[in-house]
Amino acid sequence: MVLRELTALELGGAIKRGQVSIVEAAQAALDAVAARDGALNAFITVTGERALERAQQLQAGVKDADSPLYGVPMALKDNLCTRGVKTSCASKILGDFAPPYDAGAVERLARAGAVSLGKLNMDEFAMGSTSETSFYGPARNPWDLDRAPGGSSGGAAAAVAAGLGWYAIGSDTGGSIRQPASFCGVTGIKPTYGTVSRYGLIAYASSLDQIGPLCRDAADCAAVLDVLMGRDPRDATSLPGLRDSWSDSGPRVDYGHLLDGLTGDIRGRRIGLPTDCFGDGLDGAVRAAVMQAAEVLKGRGAELVELSFPVLPYAVPAYYIIACAEASSNLSRFDGVKYGWRAEKYDGLADLYRKTRTQGFGPEVKRRILLGTFVLSSGYYDAYYKKALQAKAVIKAAFDGAFQRCDLLLTPVAPTTAPRLGESLSDPLKMYLSDIYTVSVNLAGLPALSMPCGFDGKGLPIGAQLIGPHFGEGAILNAAHAFQLETDWHKRTPKGGDPA
Amino acid sequence: MNITAELVDYLAGLSRLEVQEGDRQAMTAELERILAYMDVLERLDTQGVEPMSHVFPVKNVLREDEVIPSQAREELLAGSPAPDGEAFLVPKTVE
Repeated sequence: MVLRELTALELGGAIKRGQVSIVEAAQAALDAVAARDGALNAFITVTGERALERAQQLQAGVKDADSPLYGVPMALKDNLCTRGVKTSCASKILGDFAPPYDAGAVERLARAGAVSLGKLNMDEFAMGSTSETSFYGPARNPWDLDRAPGGSSGGAAAAVAAGLGWYAIGSDTGGSIRQPASFCGVTGIKPTYGTVSRYGLIAYASSLDQIGPLCRDAADCAAVLDVLMGRDPRDATSLPGLRDSWSDSGPRVDYGHLLDGLTGDIRGRRIGLPTDCFGDGLDGAVRAAVMQAAEVLKGRGAELVELSFPVLPYAVPAYYIIACAEASSNLSRFDGVKYGWRAEKYDGLADLYRKTRTQGFGPEVKRRILLGTFVLSSGYYDAYYKKALQAKAVIKAAFDGAFQRCDLLLTPVAPTTAPRLGESLSDPLKMYLSDIYTVSVNLAGLPALSMPCGFDGKGLPIGAQLIGPHFGEGAILNAAHAFQLETDWHKRTPKGGDPA
Repeated sequence: MNITAELVDYLAGLSRLEVQEGDRQAMTAELERILAYMDVLERLDTQGVEPMSHVFPVKNVLREDEVIPSQAREELLAGSPAPDGEAFLVPKTVE
């Protein structure tokens, strides 16, 4: 049995049957990190000793384990707070900050018997689409080390693709799980807004941020989401479950049955293909691979429906206005007083703030803080921020209309495959535009998944995106599962970083 | 939207940031280009559309007012660049 070839669920099964010990699995993952991460830079912090210690402790409880992922080694994006373990958001300004508490999602994973290998590289404060804005240097794509793994959860996608752990937890504000999953050939899902607690997720844009997994396949994603999803009173946007006594207005969620729902039966499902998502600017190889994915789903009994989605051009500007506005507010807490790093020389309190923030934030973060401050400032608020919130309402209504006609939507994840390192940094607007297929999902709070559906002529992975209505995770995962029963794109593994 | 170096300095002041001499011109041009692109939104008819801040009609999220243990003070102070055991230290603010 080659551990690296197993999915997280397969490894969990082998652990439960006693075929593999948790320590063996953790050691195998740490060996892979030691061998390959020098080239990939997927990790900011590796917690090897902690992982082995935890593996030993967990081994004693294997027989009573109720989670299918018990004992499976994984890793966390470095914007998730971990008690006593450095949490940097890939920024200089957080220094060696080690939070005094675990994020809600991290607590749930711990209860399910997860073994964390460490903290993963990302764009600074999750602001970027390539993981190049990290203070700790860019993460690299295991399919081609000269290319970006995508972002902002680039370290997470690179780690899972390269076998440095069996799954990873990322966050998605405008595509930050789905796009790197696509660029690295792994499966990643952003669940419905409000279904995974954001408590302890260092905020970028609170109304859009959502935590989710990056995995080897859709079944693993379902298993991890079953662990992650659930009501948390510490996050006021967390939605109540069917049995929660807390109730006021709004929807209730049937948490925890995603893995059981993977039948692979998608007969009669109507899958919408928004023609606007297949127009100008889309790479030919990406278009062909996504259209081919549609045919595979049709072969499993789904019905394809063409529809128009004319609001697409408004998604990127609305997204960046809202995200930057919220970021400018959220990041005001980083002032060199309460946590992290402080500038060495300053003259008085105001100068302490200015010097710390000026020297502590990278250029992309500063750009977004300035943009956010602009769109919220007196005289421009109505023209930009208010207009963007109206556009958000129009985009949500367009999705509502689309889901009257079909059960799911299928689109590309990104217009191209992974870019060369350095290409996007020189042109921020071009980088923003590359988020065109993913950001509208966050504006509408919808669940969406990225799954591998082919390779381009350069040998780089291509991803297809499945978007569902609110709480449509089950339908999305089942369609992806059906696709993965027919194809083996998700089983391909990259060589990048392998010792020669 | 015409972005000037003065506006960039004004925004930087509001954001508690300094835009360095050598970066000001580039930042001004970048912001201008990005905001010019955002003007695409002007083409979208939003007459009578209510601005949407939250996608779900969730409001009045209240909880019982119970006393629960909070984070230990020494743990919270441990993350600070300049703690003194009881408080966060900052430069003198009142002369």
